[in-house]
Amino acid sequence: MKSKVIVFPGSNCDRDVAVAIKNLSGVEPQMVWHKETTLDGADLIVVPGGFSYGDYLRCGAIASTSPIINEVIKKANEGVPVIGICNGFQILIETSLLDGALIRNSSLSFICKDVYIKSENQSSIFTKKTKIAKMPIAHNEGNYFASAETLKKIIDNDQIAFKYCNDQGEVNSVSNPNGSINNIAGILNDKKNVLGLMPHPERAAEKALGCDDGKHIFESVLSI
Amino acid sequence: MTIETWKHKIEQSLVENHGLKHDEFDKIVEGLGREPNLTELGIFSAMWNEHCSYKSSKYWLKKLPTTGKRVIQGPGENAGVIDIDDGDVAVFKMESHNHPSFIEPYQGAATGVGGILRDVFTMGARPVANLNALRFGDTSHPKTRHLLSGVVEGIGGYGNCIGIPTVGGEVNFHPSYNGNILVNAMTVGIAKKDKIFYSAAAGIGNPVVYVGSKTGRDGIHGATMASAEFDDDSEDKKPTVQVGDPFTEKLLLEACLELMKEDAIIAIQDMGAAGLTSSSIEMASKGNVGLDIDLTKVPMRAQNMTAYELMLSESQERMLMVIDPTKESLARNIFRKWDLEFEIIGEVTDTKNLVLRMHDKEEACIPINILVEDAPEYQRDYTIRETSKKIEIIQDEFDQKTIIPDLIKMISHPNLCSRQWIWEQYDHMVMADTIVRPGSDAAVVRVHGTNKGIAISTDCSPVYCKHNSFEGGKHAIVETWRNIIASGALPIAVTDCMNFGNPEKPEIMGEFVECIRGMTESCSYLDYPVISGNVSLYNETNGVGIYPTPAIGGVGLIKDLSKTMTIGLKNEGNIICVIGETSGHLNMSQYLSIIKNKEEGCVPEINLEIEKKNGMFVLDCVEEHLTESVHDIGEGGLLIAMSEMCMAGNLGVQIEVKKEFLHAYLFGEDQGRYLIEVSEKNYEKVITLAKDNSIHIENLGFVGGTDLKIDHLNTVSIAELLEKNSEFFKKYAG
Repeated sequence: MKSKVIVFPGSNCDRDVAVAIKNLSGVEPQMVWHKETTLDGADLIVVPGGFSYGDYLRCGAIASTSPIINEVIKKANEGVPVIGICNGFQILIETSLLDGALIRNSSLSFICKDVYIKSENQSSIFTKKTKIAKMPIAHNEGNYFASAETLKKIIDNDQIAFKYCNDQGEVNSVSNPNGSINNIAGILNDKKNVLGLMPHPERAAEKALGCDDGKHIFESVLSI
Repeated sequence: MTIETWKHKIEQSLVENHGLKHDEFDKIVEGLGREPNLTELGIFSAMWNEHCSYKSSKYWLKKLPTTGKRVIQGPGENAGVIDIDDGDVAVFKMESHNHPSFIEPYQGAATGVGGILRDVFTMGARPVANLNALRFGDTSHPKTRHLLSGVVEGIGGYGNCIGIPTVGGEVNFHPSYNGNILVNAMTVGIAKKDKIFYSAAAGIGNPVVYVGSKTGRDGIHGATMASAEFDDDSEDKKPTVQVGDPFTEKLLLEACLELMKEDAIIAIQDMGAAGLTSSSIEMASKGNVGLDIDLTKVPMRAQNMTAYELMLSESQERMLMVIDPTKESLARNIFRKWDLEFEIIGEVTDTKNLVLRMHDKEEACIPINILVEDAPEYQRDYTIRETSKKIEIIQDEFDQKTIIPDLIKMISHPNLCSRQWIWEQYDHMVMADTIVRPGSDAAVVRVHGTNKGIAISTDCSPVYCKHNSFEGGKHAIVETWRNIIASGALPIAVTDCMNFGNPEKPEIMGEFVECIRGMTESCSYLDYPVISGNVSLYNETNGVGIYPTPAIGGVGLIKDLSKTMTIGLKNEGNIICVIGETSGHLNMSQYLSIIKNKEEGCVPEINLEIEKKNGMFVLDCVEEHLTESVHDIGEGGLLIAMSEMCMAGNLGVQIEVKKEFLHAYLFGEDQGRYLIEVSEKNYEKVITLAKDNSIHIENLGFVGGTDLKIDHLNTVSIAELLEKNSEFFKKYAG
């Protein structure tokens, strides 16, 4: 499986996700500079976390106009798995590959801490190995929002990948770190080959970092 | 009364507004053989202010021990460098951004982080950890909440965006900071031993290159502002605070590190305080050469900027380099890739002068040695205040039943409560190498791709420093040493950030001298040298100075990360031991301050011999895998340390003290102590090892249940402790 990680000038989790994939799969991902225009041969495309263009404007808005994005959209439409983590999720929303919006955390401050998530869709290529998982979040704009109509669509179509929950898997307001509607932590596209999520599985992919629940997401999509 | 006559043509007020004293101006005229023009006056002002010249502190700083087996670079470069084996080095420094942060907390703190990051990556190191040491006024002071929120947000805003984890720090509140907060930022980076970059310009004719952001009119005279006291009009100085752009810094970081892989850079220096002035002069002075600069080539953000403005701007995210001329296009392409400015603005000369030109007109010509070697250096008068005297604390005034209510009051207090509200606003996990997160004794960061790590801790007790500056200075060093030991690392070296009041007052200078003397004693005895640092003086408002605050950042090495220690209790049935003797020193303690509202008595003394012995014993136990958790006993004493271990591990303990004067034993601040958690199977080994090394060890009790129980009489649930411990910041600023 050949993974490709997109690198924007302000990406800062690009190395972290590449290391996690390399450690789990034994295959080093290829880093692709955002000004490039091809992703041929990719079996998995990762849009990593960070502050792609400083995010002084709406997060991910500028990155979504980068040259490589047309190719990401093309490959996604061809069915290649695409995963956007944190800022990557924000970028995928800006490209309209994913529905909804990510707005400022309800606390109005940046939050970095461990949370629990559970997979809502349990059959997608990304979620099938994960039940309840602990992993960190680190964001200022991770409060997922969707109109009633969009929300109904993604629920009916089983597009909710992950919800924030407690360690027992209970989904409630206490376990919602940022005010996301319906505790949504990650969503899928129509065809379930594109995942966007706010938590960082790459930061929870080895025991030395305190937890390795995040590895299941990579293992399932890479069929390890 | 005699009226001093001003004998120069340049206006007297202009010189004074540049923060220069009359005799300093005379010295300039003497050195140049003429009066300076305005640009030159600005340059002298920037170089000779306290912040850049260290004129009051230099004499004393030279007394600090700065060498050691692992020291590769001591003070004098952008940051210090230590050897951490296998061809790897750790590069680190701490720096203050106090004055700007008081005026504009978000940008002041943010650019403080940006500045210290540049100091570290200028040396060729990739920054891997940020820390900070923060001091605010009393929580009831009307400005404190605003300043706290702004500073925390600013630190997070910069560090989170650039993607360097903020892994630790310290925060304290005291009325002495009501008018002058302290924002000290520390960065640690990792580099290869054979790829360290320095600032000495070399090679006559080599190009001087400007990279990074454009230059604007922001921050002009920032360093001069940071070298004067505040008054009620300090808000007016807002325009001297710079504005940070962490995204551009990220580009600059990546571009510099990419270029550093090639053999293109001969010298590199970041443009920090006093911008282009200090960076160019520093490079020329270190290399013993001259520089010719054409200021029209400097990339500008604003129109019609003058030579004066260009030289004194403190626009952020800029660097100056001398490069190998044959590598010019390679270097240019790298900076173009990262969308950054890259402009050749001058060349290295053999004149030993700094020559500035604009449109073929010479704007300045100053011999470098006048600016640097001839800079004023003062041995200021100092008086050493008597240390505070011991007060009698009588046992009869204490009721053992108040132990638990007192404990709760203490762990709820702003100075002892959980800092989670703060560090949850910092991305402390990006780079995926944070092994021990904030909230333990020291943060531990893995050296990427290896199984070794560095432990880092910042600390200082200004109350100790105020009432006994010598012991306070000793303590600041030792506190970081203990924290590093408690995380299972061997302490190696420190950086210092010396925050004091007005050095022209003999009492303040006395505090400085005594703190340095205390620090020197600890550093020498513990083989724990100072390898970099920064001095911030004139932290005064309306004539009232801050408490002396020599903030220390210590760094240690863990060769095998499996031996990393944290403070959280691990398993039921394990035994808790106290290392070190407890006499019950309640004088000048947090207990007296929080419960009795008294800042009185003598400061606890550190016996360095015992300190070292106890520390090395703990490290030996860790090395032999005999401990499950370790915590040093610091401010607040034994019971605070014990509670912190319970809360971090979410486990209870049952301790037996059976002392008559329970409060003194539990809240006293005797030095050189640790709590260790030992499994039953290792207990005998630990006791034997202690005996063999004549270490004072006491069995305090065992881990178990969900409560903290003292002598079966006083009990509190860990859940309640956790709730009370986490309340303050959420209510105050959340």
